[in-house]
Formats: sequence, structure tokens, C-alpha cells
Amino acid sequence: MNFGILYSRIRKDEKLLLSELRDRGHEVTKIDVRKQQFGLSEPPADFEGVDLVVDRCLATSRSVYATRFVDAYDIPVVNHPDTAGVCADKAKNSLALVENEVPTPETTVAFTTDAAMEAIEEFGYPCVLKPVVGSWGRLMAKIDSRTAAEAILEHKETLGHYEHKVFYVQEYVEKGGEDIRVLATDGEPVAAMVRSSDHWITNAAKGAATDEFGLDDEALDLVERASDAVGGGLLGVDLMGTEDGYTVHEVNHNVEFKALNEATDVDVPARVVDWLETKAEQAEVSA
Amino acid sequence: MTECIECGAEVTLHDDLEVGEIVDCSTCGAELEAVDTDPVELDSAPELEEDWGE
Repeated sequence: MNFGILYSRIRKDEKLLLSELRDRGHEVTKIDVRKQQFGLSEPPADFEGVDLVVDRCLATSRSVYATRFVDAYDIPVVNHPDTAGVCADKAKNSLALVENEVPTPETTVAFTTDAAMEAIEEFGYPCVLKPVVGSWGRLMAKIDSRTAAEAILEHKETLGHYEHKVFYVQEYVEKGGEDIRVLATDGEPVAAMVRSSDHWITNAAKGAATDEFGLDDEALDLVERASDAVGGGLLGVDLMGTEDGYTVHEVNHNVEFKALNEATDVDVPARVVDWLETKAEQAEVSA
Repeated sequence: MTECIECGAEVTLHDDLEVGEIVDCSTCGAELEAVDTDPVELDSAPELEEDWGE
């Protein structure tokens, strides 16, 4: 099979995938998204002969648009652009989870600093302000006081581009210094890890310590439902444990797995490629 | 080995270097992108963008 890897940067995650695909004898077509021009009807030449495109774009904006074009050309692509569209935006992500009755932190979106301030005061302190688009724990604010809220909102309004004027305010969840990352393929967990830190942000990208995590029935059920909520695919589902059970704070569509691969005994790239092979076979049958 | 385009120091490379991979210059700390591997050609890596990530 010929797998098209749509990328702009080859991270360790992509290297693991490339190595696994090549070891299995697959043809791999690396497609640098920065060099492509997407017309309305014909795919760029680099996509010729590709059986399945695997979106590994580092930039969310490119991921969302490129997968939409690839899908429009009727070239099978994972993840689907609808999934990318939902996961790329925290507000859409939250709505999708709630619509599918997946527990998720209480969230309010407002469009002016006054309305956002009201929402923050209603949540009380601390609460959390996040950008609707962003990753790796960047630009996240835990707001401990009204004066801090005023300063952050003013900065966002003054310095931010228009997306920063979509104020995404969320309850602060007491998660005991850790959260859980589950890598799942169409709702089936590949592996899971707990990410722990003294900092309130526990992203692996922020240096959180990681360890293998065994999922109980409640978590298994939530991962499946969270995956369904965003349309399935190769996903990173993030959960927090609370006194009342788990809550899912987001689902990532362009999931990194190098930290997970090191934290667990599971051969994560092998399991991912198993799934990619299945998707490519399914696409071949339905073509 | 190849030369850092920022400081001219020798940069050590892995055998399995991929086009699109980032390597760090251990002398000046510059992030360099492999834009070719045969022969190896390095360029300055793009700066971090706000929408990068998962």
C-alpha cells in the first residue's frame, strides 16, 4: 500500500510511523504541505497513487484545510476533516462532547471582555481561560482573582488576533495534579498514560512526568463515546479524574504519541499502523 | 556531519535523517531543518506558530 504522510515537520512521532510503515514493506509518500497548492477539483501531483493520506500537519490551520481538500478529491484521509474541524476548536470540541453526553468541564464562551468578566465572576476563582485554538498548554490562564482576570482580558483584547476575542472560560477542575491521555483508534484504546506535574498544566509538552495508566470500565466507555462525539479516528482523548468520576476536557485529532510510547510497554506506532492498514483496506474495498 | 548555517560549526546528524526533520546545533543552539538528505542540506527551521500542536 501507498501511505501519504502529509506533514510540515517530521517529529519523532512521524519518524516512528515512517519507520513502522517502511518496515512492513509499504510505500510511503511524504507530502510537504508547505509546497502544495490545492485547486478545487484536481489533487496536486504529489497525491498520485496514494491509497490513504495520513494527516500529520503540525499547524492546525493547514490540517483543517488540507484534509478538507483531500477529502473533496475523494482520496481517503485520516483523520476526516469533520473530525479535524471539531477537535481543532475547543468550543466546538466542548459542544460535541456535551451533545453526546460525555462529561466535560462547565464552559462559557463570550465575545466581549465585559461578558467574559461576568462569566469569570460567575465561575468564581480560580477558573480557566483558554484560547479556542492552541495546543501544548500554551496561552492557558488559571485566573485566581478579579484583578488577574481584568489584566488577562485586556491583554487578549489588545494584543490578540480575532480568535482571542472568543473568550473560552472554563471551570477549574481539581484534578489532583494529574490528567490522563488515551490514544485511541476509532474509540478503541491503544495505550494510556497519566501525566503528573506540580504545575496546574500537565501536558507532556510542558514537562509533566508520565506513567502507564490502566483504564477502568468507566474510562473505556468515555473514550469510546468521546471518540464517537468527534467522528472517530486516531485521537488523543484527555480525561481528568474528579470526585464525581472522569471528565473529558478535550479530544486531539493530530495526536502525538512519542511520550506515550516511552511511558508504556505497548508498541504504539505498530498499533497505529495496524489501524492505518485497516483503514486503507476499507477504503480500497469501498472504492 | 554538516555545517550549521548559523554559526558554521559541525552538526552531527543521525543516519536516518528525514527531510522535514529538525536538528539542533549543539554549538549555537539554532534549530535547523533538513531540506534535503542526499546530500544533506540544512536551512533555518520555521519559528513556532500559534496554531502548532495536536
